[in-house]
Amino acid sequence: MSALGRQRWLGPAMFLPAILYVVALVGVPFVLAFLYSVGDVKVGSVGYHFVGLSNFASVLQNPTFRRALSNSFVFTVSSQVLVLVGANILALALKNAFPGRRFVRFLILLPWVAPVSIGSIGWKWILDSLYSVVNWVLIRLHLVNAFSPPMYLGEPRLAMISVILVHTWHMLPFATVIILAGWTAIPRDIPEAAAVDGARFFRRLFQIELPMMLPIINVAVLFGVIFTFTDMTVVYILTRGGPYDTTQVLPSLAFFTGILGSDLAEGAAISLFLVPLLVIVAWLMLRSAHRAEVT
Amino acid sequence: MAAGLRARERLGRAVHVATLLFFSVALGFPFYWMVITSFKRNPDLYNLKNNPFVFNQKPTLEHLRLLFGETLFVRWLGNTLFAGVCVVAITLLLAVPAAYALTRLTGRWGGRLGIAIFLTYLVPPTLLFIPLSRIVALLGLQDSLWAIIVVYPSFTIPFSVWLLMGFFKSIPRELEDAAMVDGLTRFQAFLKLVIPISLSGILTVVIFTFTLVTQEFVYALTFISSAAHQTVGVGVPIFLVRGDVYYWGSLMAACLIAALPTGILYNLFLDRFIAGFTVGSVK
Repeated sequence: MSALGRQRWLGPAMFLPAILYVVALVGVPFVLAFLYSVGDVKVGSVGYHFVGLSNFASVLQNPTFRRALSNSFVFTVSSQVLVLVGANILALALKNAFPGRRFVRFLILLPWVAPVSIGSIGWKWILDSLYSVVNWVLIRLHLVNAFSPPMYLGEPRLAMISVILVHTWHMLPFATVIILAGWTAIPRDIPEAAAVDGARFFRRLFQIELPMMLPIINVAVLFGVIFTFTDMTVVYILTRGGPYDTTQVLPSLAFFTGILGSDLAEGAAISLFLVPLLVIVAWLMLRSAHRAEVT
Repeated sequence: MAAGLRARERLGRAVHVATLLFFSVALGFPFYWMVITSFKRNPDLYNLKNNPFVFNQKPTLEHLRLLFGETLFVRWLGNTLFAGVCVVAITLLLAVPAAYALTRLTGRWGGRLGIAIFLTYLVPPTLLFIPLSRIVALLGLQDSLWAIIVVYPSFTIPFSVWLLMGFFKSIPRELEDAAMVDGLTRFQAFLKLVIPISLSGILTVVIFTFTLVTQEFVYALTFISSAAHQTVGVGVPIFLVRGDVYYWGSLMAACLIAALPTGILYNLFLDRFIAGFTVGSVK
């Protein structure tokens, strides 16, 4: 009886500190973000006045914000499509053992495991306006004009493409290893039976193996979408949102407005536009986790 | 017929090698570029006529000397290490008991709380940094390494609890029951029995907490303003630039030194890390 009684407080005593810590530093600021967005908080200001939706109204009227909103979707969708295609091909190539597989795996993992700010600054050097190695090669191949080579981070379109490609570079290994884990988990006998029945490689791939892989590909996509939609590091390091705010995404604009511009309320309003997508992804994850529990 | 089959096989192998080669070059190139840049003399580096892929003059250690002798790089390494150790300690202290309690003691609610705590991992720094910057100021931690030491566990704890719950689930209950019959209390059984056999899981948590600390950028950039208090992840890309001048040689050397240890550690523990993301989708 006494052991039971002791157990009743032991459980909460063991998990409450962790939960309170997370509530204090995730839950509380999460709620504060909502409060800030309908208030008039600036850095150093005291007191709080409710101002309704005026922050949202002013944000929505700002062309830079609208650009950032659409950039965020372009950035997320295009880099995730590239990641998905690339990761599936790469996982397929890494699936079976071959000499040097461990080394190749280490090599292709580097973009994900190296700090993303460090990888991005590496790309900033590769895409440098004067000493870009890409341009050096393209000039030698006579593909670009030696006297006015492209400025990858200085022209709006090219800068956006650069940001997308660098982020794809960063996220590709993550999706690849998750999909690779999926390949090792699907039962071997069904595709093998199909192979015996004479099904060709691509038919087997698209009609049997990829459908079986779908749940795990889902996981890779959902995490990929979150990590991409909420990231500001690549944009911040490569372009600082420039040229002329043409590569701003929601998180970087929130940073420039709320932290560097000291307008906490408007910054919070901008970052709240991340929430709907996060809710959708969380819901999809819970649904697939629930399904996995049932089956 | 046989010849056609062999031709197809050869074609398949060629495609395989070409695919691997393409991805290895595309993903690994920046690191090769860091190596080349780190050891090149400046007149070689900044001469557009030179072939940039090779050393046109003898390699030099000048950039490394500059990096270690005249910048805050060593300080940033120390800061990162210190913050890493503190965050690991806080994370272990809170996440290990929590994960155990959620798997064993609290029944059906344990699983739900576990999922809830994992979902907080999805709430991104870019949503929280604005209110957190005020909380940090309120605590008097602005522009201090302690700001990130306090804040980082808010994302390392959820992920660690999630990883550890998977570990604890695989330990048979009978083991602790037997120990408790022998007179240990539940908590003693946890300390003397469960922790020692979960050491590999705990080590995984240590490694990932540490790599998450080295990889974080947004919070460190937001809360810490002076160069001397920075970590490697922000110090190198933001503060190694003087005015508008990039010292590319030293910069790339710093990138390499910051990236490789994390990369190697991470690679060793990769499989367990993936298990944390794919629980439920892969058995």
